[in-house]
Amino acid sequence: MIRNSAAEMAAKLNTGEITSVELTQLHLDRIASVDTDVHAFLYVNNEGALAQAAEVDSKRAAGEKMSPLAGVPLALKDVMTQKGVPTTCGSKILEGWRPPYDSTVVTNLKKNGIVILGKTNMDEFAMGSSTENSAYGPTHNPWDLSRIPGGSGGGSSAALAAFEAPLAIGTDTGGSIRQPAAVTGTVGVKPTYGGVSRFGLVAFSSSLDQAGPCARTVLDAALLHEAIAGHDPKDSTSINAPVPQVVAAAKSGDVKGMKIGVVKELNGEGYQSGVRTRFEESLELLAAAGAEIVEVSAPNFEYALAAYYLIAPSECSSNLARFDAMRYGLRVGDVDGASAESVMNLTREVGFGREVKRRIILGTYALSSGYYDAYYGSAQKVRTLITQDFNKAFEKCDVMVSPTCPTTAFKIGEKSNDPIAMYLNDIATIPVNMAGIGGMSLPAGLAPEDGLPVGFQIMAPAMQDDRMYLVGAALEAALSSKWGAPLLSKIPALAGK
Amino acid sequence: MTSLSRDDVANLARLARIEMSDEELVNLSKEFTVILDAVARVQEVAGADVAPTSHPLPLRNVFRPDVVVASLTPEEALSGAPSQEESRFRVPQILGEE
Repeated sequence: MIRNSAAEMAAKLNTGEITSVELTQLHLDRIASVDTDVHAFLYVNNEGALAQAAEVDSKRAAGEKMSPLAGVPLALKDVMTQKGVPTTCGSKILEGWRPPYDSTVVTNLKKNGIVILGKTNMDEFAMGSSTENSAYGPTHNPWDLSRIPGGSGGGSSAALAAFEAPLAIGTDTGGSIRQPAAVTGTVGVKPTYGGVSRFGLVAFSSSLDQAGPCARTVLDAALLHEAIAGHDPKDSTSINAPVPQVVAAAKSGDVKGMKIGVVKELNGEGYQSGVRTRFEESLELLAAAGAEIVEVSAPNFEYALAAYYLIAPSECSSNLARFDAMRYGLRVGDVDGASAESVMNLTREVGFGREVKRRIILGTYALSSGYYDAYYGSAQKVRTLITQDFNKAFEKCDVMVSPTCPTTAFKIGEKSNDPIAMYLNDIATIPVNMAGIGGMSLPAGLAPEDGLPVGFQIMAPAMQDDRMYLVGAALEAALSSKWGAPLLSKIPALAGK
Repeated sequence: MTSLSRDDVANLARLARIEMSDEELVNLSKEFTVILDAVARVQEVAGADVAPTSHPLPLRNVFRPDVVVASLTPEEALSGAPSQEESRFRVPQILGEE
């Protein structure tokens, strides 16, 4: 049962084959048995999840009209507030904090009867590509426990691959939904910026942050996307327009006549050979399904990484100023006669990890007078150039595609002392965030040389998120019929289970 | 090649309100030479003719109707406070004695 898709689970809930309480308990049992190895969760809300499931069951029994995913369990990234449930963002500075309010994403999940199992591990404040920057220890990739599950949302992707949850919520500032999806053989979608409310998402880089769905199938991602998306008056940057018809697109998967643009600059040198093999094969399958493959060029993408590592730290240095030890979270050094400033300094020294400090200092520098134009100002101009590249390319195609990441999952510890090598992971995912458009990663198979999952990235113009689901569903169908089973059926068993 | 000295980093850490050990300051100043070199590439293409983008959406002054809605109670607002007194956040001394 736990290996079913969310849509299959929902169908069984509808026919009465299983109750939500039973389904939730199966997942809680699975978490109890495998999460000591995987460490996807920072907090498991046994009682809360079962209570929510019982409520859904009684509504269903009373004959109420249910949403499509009602009663299906989900894992929530620990960057999203849920009233009364610990929310740490993977940081010591928020250890023990229980938010007094729900994020809009959580409000929408609850409204749809989606059962929240608990909070998943992440790089501290979503800064990282491996989940090694969590103050609570790394998460392990279920494909190979010695490897990283991606980041920052490695807990959410690992929970899906380990069958601890069929659905998860991620957030994507530079690839934190898509890269974890790629390295764990799961599906992750970063919606158009403003498509899903950021209210209650603890801010890292406000002009880039976007929450989105994580799942094991394209249809499941679409169902979750529709459940969480839409305008929210509490987020002034949320888009006041109808949500794109993503579920219909995922059910159709018709790509006949669609033009698919292969980004010349996001392939070739620096990309692992098995990643390229699987990418080329996916293109052939899409062509066989009736799509037209064209090449597009985006010459300024090569500057995206540099611009990102100025913009994101700049915004983070400002956003993380709120952790001042005064109103919530950790407070250190509050002894008689200590000044507020010394308490802030000591709290932030102890409460923040190495990568967070590095980025705050970098952002403080990039925004300081005398350097602003050379760094932050120039990065903002690159952002314009990247958006122009996308606009020009989308004149020639309906969606753009690339490998999601240059390599498959690397070993835990392999890159943790080399920030630049770590940042290179995000080279293909960052342009999407810079332009505020949509991006999806779905599994393209295993790299022949290491047997690890490879991700295929689809990028669509702003508010055309449904196009990603059309192409994703077509590719997923073609690959599954080639493999004869979903990719995750090949994952090694955990602890003999 | 841009570089930041240990003292430059110490000044930034002071501005960012983060206490740092001497070892951390030295390490960060070394790392910054590499990182700044990598990010300085943005200057290659950022010509005077390119307009900056600060945000993906062309939004300006988003308003909502001016009506009272439910908000946190004082108890809820104070629920995460490290220290409180008489329904207020208790904070360390802010102004100097001199």
